[in-house]
Amino acid sequence: MAGVLTDREQASGTVGATAPAGSSSGSGSRGDTPAPGRRPGRPGRSHQPGRGMSRMRRNDLFWAAVFILPTLLGLVVFYLWPVVRTLLISFTETGPFGGSEFVGLANYRELFGDARLWETMLNTVKFTVVALLGIPVALVIAALLSTEGLRGVRIYRVLYFLPVVTMPAAVGLIWRTLYNGDVGVINALLGLVGIEGTNWLSNPATALYAIAAVGIWLSLGTQIVIFLAAIQGVPKDLYEAAALDGAGRIRQFWSITLPQISPSVFFISVLAVIGALQTFDLIFVMTGPTNPAYPQTETIVAQFYQRGFVENQQGYAAAIALVILVVIVAVTALQFRLQKKWVHYV
Amino acid sequence: MSELTTGLPRRPRPKPLRRRHLGVHAVLILGSVVMVGPFFWEVMTSLKTLGETLTVPPTVFPRSPRWSNYGDVFDTLPFGQMFWNSTIQTLGRVLGQLVLCSMAGYAFARFEFRGRSLLFGLFLSVLMVPSQLFLLPQYEIVAGLGWLNSLQALIVPGLFSAFGTFLLRQFFLSLPRELEEAAKLDGANHWQIFTRIMLPLAKPGLIALAVLDVLWSWNDLMWPLVVNNDPSKMPLSVGLASLIGQFSVDTTTLMAGSVLATLPVLLLFVVLQKQFIQGIAFSGSKG
Repeated sequence: MAGVLTDREQASGTVGATAPAGSSSGSGSRGDTPAPGRRPGRPGRSHQPGRGMSRMRRNDLFWAAVFILPTLLGLVVFYLWPVVRTLLISFTETGPFGGSEFVGLANYRELFGDARLWETMLNTVKFTVVALLGIPVALVIAALLSTEGLRGVRIYRVLYFLPVVTMPAAVGLIWRTLYNGDVGVINALLGLVGIEGTNWLSNPATALYAIAAVGIWLSLGTQIVIFLAAIQGVPKDLYEAAALDGAGRIRQFWSITLPQISPSVFFISVLAVIGALQTFDLIFVMTGPTNPAYPQTETIVAQFYQRGFVENQQGYAAAIALVILVVIVAVTALQFRLQKKWVHYV
Repeated sequence: MSELTTGLPRRPRPKPLRRRHLGVHAVLILGSVVMVGPFFWEVMTSLKTLGETLTVPPTVFPRSPRWSNYGDVFDTLPFGQMFWNSTIQTLGRVLGQLVLCSMAGYAFARFEFRGRSLLFGLFLSVLMVPSQLFLLPQYEIVAGLGWLNSLQALIVPGLFSAFGTFLLRQFFLSLPRELEEAAKLDGANHWQIFTRIMLPLAKPGLIALAVLDVLWSWNDLMWPLVVNNDPSKMPLSVGLASLIGQFSVDTTTLMAGSVLATLPVLLLFVVLQKQFIQGIAFSGSKG
């Protein structure tokens, strides 16, 4: 699947995991997972010492600078320095007339004593758990799409992929209409089978799950495409052997497909978790501070936005950002640790 | 990128019994209805009168399609301006990244210099940090430059991409070295080799990056939300989102607006399906 990796990297088994952090990727940042033991591009051949060579090296260095410096400077100014700066901001407090003063760990003390942080954290965890439920669905659809001789795969793939390319505002608008308690289609359909619906997005008991379901709907396309590619890579003779042994399709899925593509399943689960932990867009376009169910749906990133850019508490928001970083790193590290138990690398 | 196996199953002989797939199709079609149904509803709603959207039970098809909703989008919202802002933001970021990332990616793939691994590791580290860590200082910088509520605020931080550099580095690594060696013997310098030989070869990689950038940039919500609160400087992603739930604008108008706002990327997706899907698979396939 990782067709563009170099031989060297494939041989040493270091595959970096990099991807957009679901729908909540901000300006240019793509949330990510560390690849253990990556040693990027070592020179393939070593230079002999000598005057000619050193001139060539200097020449290379000059051109490398010309090619890399613009991006390097941009990344330092807009991405690397900001990480340090965020840490610094988290030790300060913005005064009522602007300006900021150093307050030490006060923001963190306030943060951890704040019931709101724990509530938004719990909401975020719920989102993440529901998001993971989408993976089995994507697996089943990908397996069905891999049926031998099935027609229309191309069309199905486009249809399932459609939500991926849709603007969050449009997604929010559409689903608000569908979920509407009085005139929404979902309740009308439920009414046909005798179930009385609710006002899904303003009922505190249902709002979070209703939004999380839309999250699954949004990311299903990406997951299916990746699983589909992984399933194509499973050697066909495995299935033939299993069929000779009398294994049916479902048995083949459990015993061959799933173990064979477990690295992809692992990868998707890492991505899904990182994306869900940063849920913001969906909250912003589907509920809002005036929604009665808002406290039950506000995620930690929504709280970050609220504090940092609405209530002008940059120090507190910076502290939240660092908590988000720690949570993501910890959860991802845990996933990498657990993978040994269930991921089979061929 | 060309080696990515996102293609369709290539099977020489279709099974004689197609009927055996009926069950599979039934499930897949049901799933498709769930995936596409909401879009169908969006288009239908965009053609209804406001009164018709409030009927119980809801009607599926508008009694008589009200195309004027689409005209209202331009009359009651600063839609044209927002569409323009989205276009400039997207074009700016895409073109900037294509130039900058292809240069940096090529250098990491081909030049040998001390500290290359370290520097590349630094680039990759940017990929591992959640975006919330950048936002407050990025806002400070942009505000400090006096760029709040400007188009350059939307574009400039998005010009630089560690992801794009990584993607194109991987692509350049997969290209053969022979052509470069030959050009070097002919006396071409690095810049000539890069622009005349390598860039044309890298076209599939460049298209993949461009397509992903269009998708992410057109739909980007949080950054434009933070820096531009003047509706005349907002891209559509923020402009439409901030109008949702306000009673000043009719739902039908907003629906028509959201159809129009989704259309450019949707059309691009239909035309460049393969590149979209390969790009997404790449961005999520390095595992």
